[in-house]
Parts: sequence; structure tokens; C-alpha cells
Amino acid sequence: MLALHRISKSYPGVDALRGVSLAVGAGEVLGLVGENGAGKSTLIRIVSGAERPDRGRIEFEGEAAAFASPADARDRGIAVIHQELSLVPQLSVRENLFLGAGWSRRGIVRRRWEEREARRLLDLLELDIDPDARCSELSLGARQAVEIAKALALEPRLLILDEPTAALSPREARALLRQVRGVACRGAAAIYISHRLEEIEAVADRVAVLRDGELVHGIDRHEPAGEGDRRLPLDRDELIEAMVGRSLSTEFPPRFPQAIGEPRLEVRGLSAGRRVRDVSFDIRRGEVLGLAGLVGAGRTEVARMISGAVASDGGEVRLDGRRLDLRSPRQAIRSGICLLPEDRRGEGLVLSRSARDNFALPNLDRFRRWRTLVDRRREGQAFSRWREQLDIRLARPGQRVATLSGGNQQKVVIARWLERGARVVLCDEPTRGIDVGARYEIYEWIRRIASEGKSVLLISSELEEVLGLSDRVLVMHEGRIRGEIPDPASADPAGVLRIAAGIDRSEEPSVA
Amino acid sequence: MPEDVGESAAGRWRRRLLDLLGRNLSVVVLALLCLISSAATWREQNPITSRSGGAVARQVLEACPAPCSVLVVARDTEADMVFARAIEEGLEGSRVRIAGRVFGQPREVRLELERLAGTGASLDAIATHRIASEWGPVRTAGVPVFSPGSYHWPTFLTARNLLNVVNQNADIAIIALGMTLVILTAGIDLSVGSLLALAGVIAAVTAQEWFGGAAASPAGLLAAMLLGVVAAALGGLLSGTMVTAFRVPPFVATLGLMMLARGLALILAVGHQRRLVGGGAEGTPEAVRVDASVFAWLGNGAVLGVPNPIVLMLVLFVAAHLLMTRTMFGRYVYAVGGNVEAARLSGVPVTAVLLAVYCLCGAFAGLAGIVDASRFEGGRPNAGELYELQVIAAVVVGGASLAGGRGRVAGTLIGAMIIAVIQNGLNIAGVASYEQKVVFGALILAAVLLDRLQPKIASRRARMTR
Repeated sequence: MLALHRISKSYPGVDALRGVSLAVGAGEVLGLVGENGAGKSTLIRIVSGAERPDRGRIEFEGEAAAFASPADARDRGIAVIHQELSLVPQLSVRENLFLGAGWSRRGIVRRRWEEREARRLLDLLELDIDPDARCSELSLGARQAVEIAKALALEPRLLILDEPTAALSPREARALLRQVRGVACRGAAAIYISHRLEEIEAVADRVAVLRDGELVHGIDRHEPAGEGDRRLPLDRDELIEAMVGRSLSTEFPPRFPQAIGEPRLEVRGLSAGRRVRDVSFDIRRGEVLGLAGLVGAGRTEVARMISGAVASDGGEVRLDGRRLDLRSPRQAIRSGICLLPEDRRGEGLVLSRSARDNFALPNLDRFRRWRTLVDRRREGQAFSRWREQLDIRLARPGQRVATLSGGNQQKVVIARWLERGARVVLCDEPTRGIDVGARYEIYEWIRRIASEGKSVLLISSELEEVLGLSDRVLVMHEGRIRGEIPDPASADPAGVLRIAAGIDRSEEPSVA
Repeated sequence: MPEDVGESAAGRWRRRLLDLLGRNLSVVVLALLCLISSAATWREQNPITSRSGGAVARQVLEACPAPCSVLVVARDTEADMVFARAIEEGLEGSRVRIAGRVFGQPREVRLELERLAGTGASLDAIATHRIASEWGPVRTAGVPVFSPGSYHWPTFLTARNLLNVVNQNADIAIIALGMTLVILTAGIDLSVGSLLALAGVIAAVTAQEWFGGAAASPAGLLAAMLLGVVAAALGGLLSGTMVTAFRVPPFVATLGLMMLARGLALILAVGHQRRLVGGGAEGTPEAVRVDASVFAWLGNGAVLGVPNPIVLMLVLFVAAHLLMTRTMFGRYVYAVGGNVEAARLSGVPVTAVLLAVYCLCGAFAGLAGIVDASRFEGGRPNAGELYELQVIAAVVVGGASLAGGRGRVAGTLIGAMIIAVIQNGLNIAGVASYEQKVVFGALILAAVLLDRLQPKIASRRARMTR
């Protein structure tokens, strides 16, 4: 259906793609993996008509294709679902689904038809979403799902999904993967890009691995024996190795249980309406406490309340035995509680400013002179110290943080809290959208922070990550802590998932 | 990052040049405008200054080999006096004797010539400037007339014109500094024009009624001015409170304050007028006059030849620049404007920063109001109407983004100057004020267009270097 022949594209100074040839057949799902900067995005931009290749040919449905614009590509039946959302928050789900041209009858909205069609699309995706709800009222995951429904409404010939599950709960993600398979079954093709290799495993017929703009692996899968049997010939470790070009011996850095000391942060009866109910736990010195659960279980809210970002309805938080009055992030930071927010670009960084400015923002009082002036020399010294330690890759300290890769951006946020001398670090999805290599570095830093006697709360939707990194894991379901996994290294992921889904309960949440 | 790999040297230089131009676009525009204005105002210049007076004196000395006597002719303006004094100083102690001096009209020249003829004294030459050399009595006196030679130079580029341009726009520039802070936080302040009027009226009314009117001491006048500035700052604090505590959009909050402050300024002015002439005063007064002459110093005086409003503007500019680039507060303002949520989660006291920003903007407007009141020797309740739009235009032309987080104090100063230079150029060229509006409208649209295009260019550049 789609064939790329020796596609090359270079930007001044960078060869983004070097002679990449690919083919996707009708009824096939191609998994596309690679580290950030490997050229995946460029490839997608070329296929979707946003960019022209320097060299090479594109064939689509048997004829040579040169898409003039994304709209042109869309008209030919290529639908792209991006990581970023393109919904109008003020409009309802139904209005968003049929926002594009061609759905109305001579400019008059066909309301009945739309209602029926919206129901059908949402049911296809097994989404429990009210078509008349405003998109601004939906969770991030639900909005992403609506985005997918919107693309499916076009009945595309080729569906391109770029990290579509980043914000979805596992259940929503599974439904999405089924839908992608469904699209393929109806004779369309799909290209699926994800950092989550288990998703690639579940959905892809073939996997293409890009590294530094080159195709390092075009891996054909064996002919499908049946719907249930779609095993890839490569296992995950081999895939990772192909992506990074080196072998990651262990996926997670070692733990140091002997370093764990006295309880440092004590949370008692924390509540916020129906989203968080009576949550109590301790984090000890040197401990990484994992918080597992589905999207919407209330984990983020817990972290946000402890960090003073939102007010709680009740409960108390003690740090080293002293009761905290958490009314603002400013106060929390002063007491040594720091948050790595889930939405790094929206809540963590001021994208219009430099990496150094972002690093310095909460630390300006440490670099000040005569009460108010910023001592730029000391600021620069502190930044270059952490930049070296964390291996933050920059062209220059004044480089705008918006132009950094996800991993480097996250390191800037980590550096800022290390400089601050954080005692408790709350990590909310610390590796979201970060490529495999940088991901491991982040893991190392989380362990290292703990080994220095600090306490870490780790929230992650990737079960492997929580289990692999934490000393102890709490599982949340619908605002409550439903279970504790004292030894995550040997825990059964399926069991944890059952607790998170509200099916099982482990022993009563114990509070030391 | 391998930024320069695979790029030719010429391409690299071109990119660097474009980069530099892009970053300092407003400076380039200002320089271009100055060039155009200079070219368009290339005129014959006949300055009446002490320098041209000295030149005339040298001419006379060269032309008169033997002892001789000279009549100095000038009008009775201040510049003429300076000119005449320079001639006399140039001739002092030489063989040339001053036969007489005329400061006035052609008629007085004739009378002086007749008087000299009556005394029988000889007259060998007349020293004067270009304008008086054309007078009938001077031309028909029958003696050589010496006047300074003229030369060609752009009228725009004369010190007098430049000082004038900047001086007339100093108040706009001062308010624009405060507005820059507000716009950096992604806000807007429509009340600045009204706060300017309110500050001026409060300063004038208190100077007249509380601090002694004509007999007011400098300290009293200073206190009156301070009261005006404080009132404007409080106005800013009020809109800041509306914006932070009650989440009112800045546009609406400051729109309310705009009307409120204008009304208050008029009420105060009318009340003062009533107390002055008794209950029966009709209509609204043009201005609340201040009788103390010292009051006018700030707006009309000069330091080392530089008008005070310019001095004040430059001082405030340097202060605002340092505030925004060197202090924690400056960093906080940029952070709040760039991403409020990230700033808050990073421990920036967002509410305090916003309050301070609106308060400062009010204070800057108040300062401009004091300058205005001083310049007109009284507080004018209708001063500063539509200033908010001119000020916003200056900030936008200076490169600040209305979306917040991007912009510089230096850019704003240049933006204000760009508008001032265009206005001046159009004035010299004789373009009517209603026609000028078209030009300014187009200018603002062009500036906003650039603002919109810039992120695209920047993201393209970012993609290239990734």
C-alpha cells in the first residue's frame, strides 16, 4: 500500500534520514521504533505530507505520490494521530469528532446522524464517554481516545499513530490496540510508533527499527498462524539493543535496601473530594516508594497535594516529624518537597527560557547578592556543575529549553531540585516520552537520589518501571490505597494489575 | 550538537547575519527610519547659535584690514541674543569696534542707522544672521553685510529636532516601560492613560489646596507629585488585585479602572474649580493650574542641555532594564509570563509578582502624569486619552509578545522611538494627523505579524539543529 524507496532528508547540519526504504501492505501493522532523534518524526512528516524528502520516492496505493500538504495526504486517506491533542476544548466530543469538512449536508449539521455515528465510533473503541461532554471536562486519556475516534471517522487507508497511548490507561490502551488491529483487518494499513515495546509486540506484524536516520532492522514477522499468535521473532531485549546500538545488561539499576532508614514523610488521611480518599503512607529515608494504579486512580492528585500544588480537603503531612502547612508549592519547596510534574512541558518548564534559567528558577535565592540581584557567575557555575554530573547535552547554557530532547529536559528539572537540596522528590511519570537510553539514566538518578538518603515517591503507569525501581509499591484504585507490595522485585505484575483494576485486594494497607 | 556540519562557509555566514538581524530587527528598523527621515529632510540650514556667531566674527576680522566699526543686528529672541553675544565676544579686544547693537525689527535697524548717521560716526560693516540680512534697511545701508554661510544638513538630524522628538514622546516611553512588564506576564493594562491624568490632577490639586498654591515650597510640590504617583500605583494595585484574587481577565479589570480613574480625575478637577470660583462653575476645566513656578521645572527644565523628561526617561529605562535582567523579580516576571503553572510549581510567588507588576505599571503611568502636568503647568483631567493604545503599540513594535514571556525593556524603548521617529518624519513631511493613523495602524499590524511569524522561524531553526 505504502512504499518508501531510499528516502533521504537532511536539515542543515543533520542527516535526519539516510536512504530509508520501507513498505507497509494492506492489512498490515508496521511497528516503528527508535530512540528520540532517530528520525521517526521526520519519516512521519514526510509520509503525511508535512515535509518533502530530499531524495527518494514515495508510492501510495500503487502510484507515485508527492503530497503537497497534510490536507492533501489526508484527502488521499492518510490519517495521523499525533502525541499532541488537536481537539477544541470548548466543543463537545461529538462536535470535535465531526469538526473537519465534509460531514455536513450543504453546511447544515446532520445532528441525528452525528449522534448515531459518534456512538458507533466510541463503542468501537470501547470508550465510556458521553458524546455531549465538553472535551475540556475529559481526562487527558479520554481526550486522546477521542482523537483516535476522530481519525477513525475518516475511514483512513493508512493510519499513522505517533505514541498514541502515552496518556492512556492500560484498559484504554488495550482497546486502542484492538482497534488498530481492527483497522488492519478491514484492509487498511497502519504504522504504529511507540516507546512501549510490549505494545509493539502486541500490535505489530513487522517492526522497523530506526537509528540515526538509518533503518537498522526491517524485521519480518512470520505469516500469522491465527489472530492469537502474533509473536515477533525478536524479543524485547534484542529490540532495545537494535535501537540503542548497545546492550543494556539490566533494565533497572540495583536497589540498596540497607540504606533505608527512618520514616521521613508521613502522610495521614489525605483526601480531595472523590478523587483521593483517606490516603495514608510513609516514605522512609533512602526509600523509593512506588505508586501504581490506573490513570485516574488519584496518584497524581496525591503528589500534587503533597507538593502544595493543589489544596487538600483533609489530612496531614509530616516531614521528619514536623507537621507541614502546605498551602503553596513555594512552601513545600522551602521545606524540601519537590515535584517532577507529569506534564513536563506544561507544568515543569518555562519553554521560552533557557535551560539555565529553568534550572535556576526555584534556586534564585541561593544565587542572590544584596538580597535581590542574581549573581550570574554563581548561577552559571552551579548549572555547569549539574550539567556535567547529569550529562545534560546542550549546545550552550543559554539554549532554549524547548529545543532540548525530552530526556535532557527532564534532567534540567532533576538538576534544579538537586541544587535545591530536596529531601523528598515526587516523580510523576518521570520517563514519559523519554527515549530508552535517557530513560535508564533517569532510573539511575532516581536510585542515586534515594541512596543519598532522600525519599522518592515514584508514580508510573508502566508497571515494569514501578516494580523494577521501587523498594516498596502501593497500589491505588479509585482514590484509595488498595494494596501494598512489600517486595516488588519478585511481585507478579498481573496480580498488581488486578489490584489496580479493583478486582483483587492485597492485605490491608499497612502503615508503619 | 553538530550544528555546522555539512554547511558551506558562505551559508553559515549568511545564517549568522540573518540571525543577528532577526534578533535586533527593531534596531535595524529604527536605523533605517532615521536614514529615511534624514534623506527626506535634507535642507539648507541657517542656524542661529553661538557657533555661527563666532563664524561671523571671524569673517569680519578677515575682511577688515584696518580698524573699523561694525553694527550688530539680531532679533530679540533668546537664540539671537546668544548669537549676538558670540559675535561681540569674537570681536572683543580686536581692531574692530562695535558701533551699535540692534535687537528687534527692521524698523529699529533703520532708526539705529539714522542715529549713527546723525552722530557722524563711520560704519564699515553690518554683522547679522541670514534672516536679518534680507531685511530692507540692512540691504540698503550701503555697507558690506556679513552673515554666516549656510550649509546642507538633514533637519531631522539636528540636535534640536532629535531632542524635541524624544522629549515629546518621553511620557509614552515611560509608560511603555511599565506596560512591558504587564505584557511580559501575558496581561494588558488599558488604564495607563487615565492613571496619567489622575496622577497629574491629584498632584495639581494637592499642590494648590494643601501645599500652599503659589507659595508652595519645593518640598511641598515634591510631596504633591509623590501623592499623584502613589495614587496611580494604588490604581495599578487595584487592577492587580482583580486579576490575581478574583481571576478577572486583565483586559476587563483595567478597562474598568480606565473609566474609574478618568472619572475621578474629572471629579477632582471640577471640585477644585468649584472651590476656586464658587459653586456656579460650568462645564469641566481644561486643567487645574498650578501657580508655583517651580512645578514646571520637571517638564520644561533641562540638565546639561538635555530636557528633564528625557533624563527621567533614561534613568527609568536603565532601572527597568536592570530590574528585568539582573534581579530575581525580573526572572520571576519572565517565568510567570512564559508558563504560569511551571512558575508556580517552581515556587515563584505568582500572586505577589503580578501585584507588583501592575503596581509598577501604575506608578510608571503616574510618573508620566507628573511630567505631563509639569509640562503644562497644571493637571489636565483629559490628558493621556488613547495613550494606552500608543503605549501598547510601542511595546509590540519593540518586539514583546502579547502572549507573554518574550520581550525586552530595550526593545520597548526602541519601539517607542520608532513610533516617535515615524511621527516626526510624517510631521516634517506635512502628512496630516488623520493620514498618519493609517501608517500607525499598518505599523502595528506589521509588528504583530512579525510576532506571529517568529515562533515559526524559531521552531524551524530548532528542528534544523536537532
